[in-house]
Amino acid sequence: MAIQLKDVHFAYPEAPLNNVLNIKNWSVSDCEQVFVHGPSGGGKSTLLNLLSGMLNVSSGEVTVLGERLDRMNARQRDRFRANHVGTIFQQFNLIPYLGAVDNIQLARQFAKKNTQSAASDEIKSLLSTFHIPQSDWQKPVAKLSIGQQQRIAIARAMINKPEILIADEPTSSLDQKNRDNFMSELLTLVAEHNITLLFVSHDMSLANHFSRIEALSEINLTAEKN
Amino acid sequence: MFIRLATKSLLNRKGSVLLTIMAMSVSIFVLLGVEHIRSQTKESFNSTVSGVDLIVGARTGSLNLLLYSVFRIGAPTNNIDWETYQSISNNPKVAWTIPISLGDSHKGYRVMGTTTDYFNYFSYGKKRQLSFSKGKPFAEVFDVVLGSQVAKKLGYSLGEEIVLAHGLGSTSFSLHRNNPFKVTGILATTGTPVDQTVHVSLEGIEAIHRNWQPDVTMPGSSSTNKPLHPLELEPEKITAFMLGLTSRMATFRIQRDINNYSKEPLSAILPGVALSELWQMMGLLENTLRLIAGLILISAVLGLSAMMLASIKEREREIQLLRVIGAPAFYLFLLIELEALLISFISMLLGTAGLYLSLIITRDLLSSNFGLHIGLNILSVNNTLFLLLVAVSTMIAAAIPSLTVYKVAHRGG
Repeated sequence: MAIQLKDVHFAYPEAPLNNVLNIKNWSVSDCEQVFVHGPSGGGKSTLLNLLSGMLNVSSGEVTVLGERLDRMNARQRDRFRANHVGTIFQQFNLIPYLGAVDNIQLARQFAKKNTQSAASDEIKSLLSTFHIPQSDWQKPVAKLSIGQQQRIAIARAMINKPEILIADEPTSSLDQKNRDNFMSELLTLVAEHNITLLFVSHDMSLANHFSRIEALSEINLTAEKN
Repeated sequence: MFIRLATKSLLNRKGSVLLTIMAMSVSIFVLLGVEHIRSQTKESFNSTVSGVDLIVGARTGSLNLLLYSVFRIGAPTNNIDWETYQSISNNPKVAWTIPISLGDSHKGYRVMGTTTDYFNYFSYGKKRQLSFSKGKPFAEVFDVVLGSQVAKKLGYSLGEEIVLAHGLGSTSFSLHRNNPFKVTGILATTGTPVDQTVHVSLEGIEAIHRNWQPDVTMPGSSSTNKPLHPLELEPEKITAFMLGLTSRMATFRIQRDINNYSKEPLSAILPGVALSELWQMMGLLENTLRLIAGLILISAVLGLSAMMLASIKEREREIQLLRVIGAPAFYLFLLIELEALLISFISMLLGTAGLYLSLIITRDLLSSNFGLHIGLNILSVNNTLFLLLVAVSTMIAAAIPSLTVYKVAHRGG
């Protein structure tokens, strides 16, 4: 089981009485590709932050890749996230003033896997895979097109060979053509590397790429009540 | 990668970073400059006289005696008898003496009557002796040796004749017109009051005052033309004298003996003690300067902190992203601290370099106009400590934005 949530409750410390998440039982198996849809404000980003270990639950069990995130301290969760979970957002996936190589390098240094020298070759081949011309590798990414930026974002998310990839509305800022390219590249990559994909979007037209489709309102019981 | 991220992030915010660097550089410039000039002034002050064991004058306060005998400031209270001087200098424990006779001036510069022993025994700084940049000590009665400033400011050269004035005003009407002096030597620059002194022999002082009446220039009177023999011109009184002992162990005993001298009331002072007493009086000024420099530094560091804090707002997403890719909250804390330290280090470099350059440029100006001799060794122990202090206070001030980032990061979401 890649992800398993049990009796999860979450409230922000500023408002301890306002339960944002209430999940009885929800799981994703290894290599599964799940499409989650729901309105904004439904606890979507909170759920993703719990799974990546950015936040910790108020109560309940969060098991990711067999590890209990709720029992880890902040530092352990940071390391876990760097090593096992890749994330792509709608925008601001990259430090705008750094180049593509630096951005990926930065993501690498928080995971402790391979040596530095192997890394730069890896980054270069990864960028080539995503059709980023070599002349653009060192430019500040803010100067590149949105489509290029999102492809570099996947490369950045993939560099530490995560077992889980979280995509939070990654296609919303792309046009039709770029969106199709992006989806096919992402899905190929996920299939190739046996990655569990959690794809969150309100764009139902993308749902047909996925075998499992979930409504956030069905997962999160708090949202249903509202 | 860490340092790279910090530098690129700073470069990305060139405008505000540059202004902060400028503000900090200026304050470091002021901080180091004030400290440097303060310590240099103190050093040159303390080195106005050295190697002199005692200064003896008529009974007076030690500061007063020091001021008129060494700094040529103020007026002596009383003179001492030549016989007193003779008897003390004949003491077997006294190795040498330098008599000093004051009271005349030349265009505002004080005239000091003394003997050639002055050029042999008087020393300043770290036991440096006086040396001649041109010419030689006075040999004749009407020879004069000029301090470097006097020669430079008044444009005198060897062989020129000058007239001394009675009294200390720069526009005195009572001139010793009958007895012009000939410049035989010009001393090398010392950075002490010696530079602003006109030196003549005791006999010369005696000669111009003997039978002298102010402003009475009788037609045909020719007191100058009569050759004067130095032996006839033994002075009756001198203003003060400096002395060196054969053994420094005897200093306090000789001082006590002189203070208890029965024939006339005398004061003997240790120049080192008197100098530090005098400097202590300037302590308030010294502390005020330091206080101002410190406040300037604090304001610059707070400015840096404010700039960093303001930048956090616009960098929230960047911080969030770093968290997402696995950066621990502490990493972000260190990142902000590093950025602040980089700004502070660049400012230190600029401030120090700026001070160094301006010292090179203004050095000659300061020494010729103010008699202030400023060395170039800015990085004294004190200043190095100050730079360390700047670094530490930067880290403390940057803790405010750094902790903010840490909190934002820790809260997540």
